[in-house]
Amino acid sequence: MVVKLPEPVKNVVENIIRLANTKLPADIVWALEAAAGWETNPAAAAQLGAILENVKKAEVLARPMCQDTGIPIFWVRGRFDHSIADDIARAVRESTEGIPMRPNTVDPISRRNNGDNLGEGMPCIHYIPTADDFTEVSVLLKGAGTENMTRLRMLDPADGMEGVKRFVVDSVLEAGGRPCPPSIVGVGIGGTSDDCVAMAKRALMEPLDFMEPERGISDLEEELFVRLNSSGLGPMGLGGDTTVLGVKVRKAACHTASLPVAVNIGCWATRRASARITDSDVVYSQGARL
Amino acid sequence: MRAVRCPFSEADVRAMKLGEVVALSGPVVSGRDEVHIRALKYIDEGKPVPNCLEGAVLFHCGPIMRRLDGGSWSPIAAGPTTSARMNSLEPRFIREFGIRAIIGKGGMSQEVVDAMRVVGCVYLAATGGAAVSLAEQLSNASGVEWEDLGMAEAMWKFEASNLGPLVVAIDAGGNSLYEEVRKKLRHGGFTA
Repeated sequence: MVVKLPEPVKNVVENIIRLANTKLPADIVWALEAAAGWETNPAAAAQLGAILENVKKAEVLARPMCQDTGIPIFWVRGRFDHSIADDIARAVRESTEGIPMRPNTVDPISRRNNGDNLGEGMPCIHYIPTADDFTEVSVLLKGAGTENMTRLRMLDPADGMEGVKRFVVDSVLEAGGRPCPPSIVGVGIGGTSDDCVAMAKRALMEPLDFMEPERGISDLEEELFVRLNSSGLGPMGLGGDTTVLGVKVRKAACHTASLPVAVNIGCWATRRASARITDSDVVYSQGARL
Repeated sequence: MRAVRCPFSEADVRAMKLGEVVALSGPVVSGRDEVHIRALKYIDEGKPVPNCLEGAVLFHCGPIMRRLDGGSWSPIAAGPTTSARMNSLEPRFIREFGIRAIIGKGGMSQEVVDAMRVVGCVYLAATGGAAVSLAEQLSNASGVEWEDLGMAEAMWKFEASNLGPLVVAIDAGGNSLYEEVRKKLRHGGFTA
């Protein structure tokens, strides 16, 4: 979808928040439909059917597909200035009222909820300045069911890639039905501890049908995908052939004495949307490689 | 899908079979983290707790609610939340209130399964994230308790009509579908 400017950035951000809440990205719908087609466990097929029906209803009624509208996590890439943080904050506040989204943010100690999905340190925004002539804003609505299953381990280099694979498989299977499988598994390998988790989460923004260019990474993604889908965990952890819809891996250089690995899971409703703003137009999509 | 009507007697829930898929009609009360914390604290302090919890069907859910012009509240999205967060408080909660059914997602711990077996309570797994469909199967809220806890944490009272599909994932005999699936996972030897 292309929209001619001028459109205030705040409105563009509201548009991507609404898009992510109400319309599941097409690549995930395709993956769910394919899964419903190959699923041999009737109870699992019923879960997938209920999911697909809900996706349609959410889009038609323009309602959030899940009541846990999560914490919106933003990435701003390209050219931008400091004012964008305020635009995003206002968009979050107005979307909470307008869509509506559930007020989820609380103070971690007092547990006090101000009702606007803001608060200390919110909204969560990651900045990626580049020399491009566009501003790209992306959002991922991250619910607690998946976020609470986040795992980081600082492996020893001697653990090697076998250690990495074991950690990913164990993390997903131990999470069981809690993060609403069939899930999308974001994996970070390397970097520093904080970057490793950030990579795992950023990986969830990439559409499932986007082919990973690096052979070593794409082979690893495929191996983890097959291992996890042969586990029998199934949709909602109730058993079945479909445990994950995709595995996305990101890596970065790390210390010679470290092998960090992180897992950040996206539920079947991995709700993402992006907008690329140039001088002449705004182009909306539902994912980005970050 | 078998139609079932609550409130349930102990015999009703003991007759439910593991893996059975049901559609539920009748009164349902939402309650998650803060409802559990406050209810048990109030009991300890001798303060009254809303009587809608007695023998209730408890829905682990923090819905999105919208206030209508007449002042009543309508559910916009109401899927199950992760039940395991309530593992530490649920055994006592089930015993204190004689909870007959819990609707949630992801299953609960062995201690909860044991309490369900003793009291006579089942765990009904709803499809996580199917929040628009499930909200359509709930009435406007017939009441709300502890609204000060916030929209997600308050105790909302609904009338369900054919809420489902709900899978009997833990029965009142101490059997858990999650545990069965987990056992097969281990035997599969999938850890690298």
